[in-house]
Amino acid sequence: MRISTLNDLERIKEKGLKSIFPKKTKITVGMATCGWATGAGKVYQAISGKLKKTKQKAILARTGCLGFCQREPLVEIFVPGKSRVVYKEMTPEKAQQLVADLGNGNLRPEWALCQLSDPLCPENLAPKEVEQIPQYEQLDFYKKQMKIALRNCGFIDPENIKEYIAKGGYFALFRVLSEMKPEQVIAEIKKSGLRGRGGAGFPTGIKWETGRKAAGETKYVICNADEGDPGAYMDRSVLEGDPYSVVEGMTIAAYAIGSNAGYIYVRDEYPLAVETLRKTIAQAKKSGLLGKNIFNSGFDFKIRISRGAGAFVCGEETSLLASVEGRIGEPRQRPPFPAQQGLWGKPTIINNVETLANVPAIITRGADWYAGIGTAKSKGTKVFSMVGKVQNTGLVEVPMGITLREMVFEIGGGVLKRKKFKAVQTGGPSGGCIPESLLHLPVDYEELSKAGSIMGSGGMIVMDEDTCMIDIANYFLSFLEEESCGKCVPCREGIKRMREILTDIIEGKGKMEDIKRLERLATAVAQGSLCALGGTAPNPVLTTLRYFRNEYEAHIKDKKCPARVCKNLINYFIVERKCNGCSLCIQACPQKAIIFKGKKKPVKLDMSKCIKCGTCLDACKRGAIEVR
Amino acid sequence: MITLTIDGREIKAKDGATILETAREHKIEIPTLCYHEAISSAGACRICSVEVIRGDRSRIAAACVSPVEPGLVVKTNTEVITNLRKVLIELLLARCPKVKAIQDLAHKFKVKKTDFKTEDEDCILCGMCVRVCEQIVGKSAISLVNRGTKREVATPFYEASSACIGCGSCAVVCPTGCIKVEDIGDKRTIKKWKAEFKLQQCKMCGKYFAPEAQLEYLAKALNLPEKEFEICQNCRVILGKISKAEEQKSEQMKKLSLS
Repeated sequence: MRISTLNDLERIKEKGLKSIFPKKTKITVGMATCGWATGAGKVYQAISGKLKKTKQKAILARTGCLGFCQREPLVEIFVPGKSRVVYKEMTPEKAQQLVADLGNGNLRPEWALCQLSDPLCPENLAPKEVEQIPQYEQLDFYKKQMKIALRNCGFIDPENIKEYIAKGGYFALFRVLSEMKPEQVIAEIKKSGLRGRGGAGFPTGIKWETGRKAAGETKYVICNADEGDPGAYMDRSVLEGDPYSVVEGMTIAAYAIGSNAGYIYVRDEYPLAVETLRKTIAQAKKSGLLGKNIFNSGFDFKIRISRGAGAFVCGEETSLLASVEGRIGEPRQRPPFPAQQGLWGKPTIINNVETLANVPAIITRGADWYAGIGTAKSKGTKVFSMVGKVQNTGLVEVPMGITLREMVFEIGGGVLKRKKFKAVQTGGPSGGCIPESLLHLPVDYEELSKAGSIMGSGGMIVMDEDTCMIDIANYFLSFLEEESCGKCVPCREGIKRMREILTDIIEGKGKMEDIKRLERLATAVAQGSLCALGGTAPNPVLTTLRYFRNEYEAHIKDKKCPARVCKNLINYFIVERKCNGCSLCIQACPQKAIIFKGKKKPVKLDMSKCIKCGTCLDACKRGAIEVR
Repeated sequence: MITLTIDGREIKAKDGATILETAREHKIEIPTLCYHEAISSAGACRICSVEVIRGDRSRIAAACVSPVEPGLVVKTNTEVITNLRKVLIELLLARCPKVKAIQDLAHKFKVKKTDFKTEDEDCILCGMCVRVCEQIVGKSAISLVNRGTKREVATPFYEASSACIGCGSCAVVCPTGCIKVEDIGDKRTIKKWKAEFKLQQCKMCGKYFAPEAQLEYLAKALNLPEKEFEICQNCRVILGKISKAEEQKSEQMKKLSLS
């Protein structure tokens, strides 16, 4: 049905609340990509089968990502008036057991992650607190988080517009269209201090104002969902878990700048996000929240999906425009900026997924509320995907200003296997590696950039003592070498040559003057490149040179890799006094490089056959293999 | 007209012009490798990089694709720029050590040798050949394919392009001379594009002068009878002179007969 008045919204809200908090038992499976990847599909089927078999009248639903991806598949069981518990690391067997336990009231606290409560839940249905299971807000992982962009992810059925409205969705758009002038919307966003979450941090309000003031009848809004940093998946999760927030944000942006058409540029490697978006747009159209005369205001807006083929450079806005237009995804020089001359030469504003997901929340709760969160120049929250050698991995939304130490050691739970922390890499391949001495730095655009890194779109990779910083710099450069479009000389040729120098160092052929050569080349690539891909490409090299120069020197002068990663600079040894000839290593070695010398006698290693893969090191139980 | 400053000189420039065009108009030299006034600029080689200062923000931009703006301060010759150009030249020299245009540029900027491992390429991937074929010839017989270090200029599927008319415009604009057009007898070969063309023989002097495919295309594009293209440029000039002389002669005759 069409939603055109506040009354309609209120009515749908009631329906949505009944859908989120039904009177029957409800089992919800987290089915974003992270869930699917760990087997949520099978868990869902198992629950469905068990429910049918046992003829239990429970509702089975799906939701997006709750953030704690490491503990997926997550299953939430809501028993009205009794409990609402999220279970972690579900298997089909465990899930079926939970269904079987529905009758006997065994809550299986040993499998639980946490319990949830929600002020929106009607009192008569509200769950009671269960002992032995921590509250969501008490978990170390969630304690310091603050969810604005991810407010609905994992809490609603992403494809159900009623549930989105139940959580307050579309009230912001109603307010904008019924009470506010475009200029007021822009003023509100400016006042909130919201800055682009795609990486560069350009003030969103100013971008919108430029778009508004640009001459021309036809204007476009584009949502940049071309997320491509290795290990980063914030935008995917928002699109899969709360797509309506992005669509509502886009509609508000369109009204503000005076546009009637928008595109969501999303990579086709995100099939679930594309599918969810398709359904979302179709449903929003059906409900009258996209299309002609939205909320009877006379404002029209339509959205089309433009699928990208996954080139990293297409996240850069001028390349993105070329790609949407059907041309080769290559950047062009700015100015003119897209807000002046964008898609097909028309004024176009391009906002990142997370930026747009913040917009409805800002309108609903007010710019002052939003501007009250964060630091002097970085307001609100930022979503990071915390990965690498850290205890808790997943999506983390934190208020700006929180320190990197809090993120790594409190939310992240510290380094895996009690190893020593070495660095945290922010901003993806264009970012930099920040050492332990700078962990006091706050999450803030300017502070991170002063340290030589960038906020970026939200990648956060934790590295431990076993990570070689030169190897890491080389990894990011190889990614960029592959992803550089090749249009301009400094990026195409410069990255290649930086890699050549790094490879020499890694292989033990480095010379001391290579460090100077690297610095000179890195400066030229940063200064001379056409777009931000090349402009920021040297960051991993420059920051590792700045903070881990001793590692470079160890590779070059002593021909040693302190982290024992670079194969040309390490050797494996059998510690004879520790080896008892158990031959576990012999069975593991793929090269047959270890020779049996008799019972209880130490084995011998044939270095001419050894490929330094480290399999023996993992196999040995006596610590009798050493790497030097 | 707008006013900006280039290398300390206050300069009036046409609105919409680029920094490079404006500078050249005022005899301020900015080196280029992939610029040609007949085709659009891409900003690929970055040799024309200059410092552009707007208010209190300074950045480095390619002059060939940067529009002039009122109040801009442009510096074309600072230490930062020279150092950048030197690295760019070294990078190009490593890629194409045997190309004369790059050797000349290296000489001009006192780059004696390149620091990097040398290759033996002759194309700098500036894409001018692609743009001239699209924008001037109107054929798009070649294009840039692949990306990054795998980038190259190629015909569709690396086969002889049916769109190519053998005009050789690509070779004319190529800054490194890596596209070779060979005319032997009645045959034109462009090896790089795997293309062969039959040449038209001039009806007057008998010289082979242009690919038939190109003349056909011109006749169609200009809506002229194919006969117009049966004689070569030289003969056409001579023919023009003869007819002009004859015209003058007959006019003189007319005048004479009238008087």
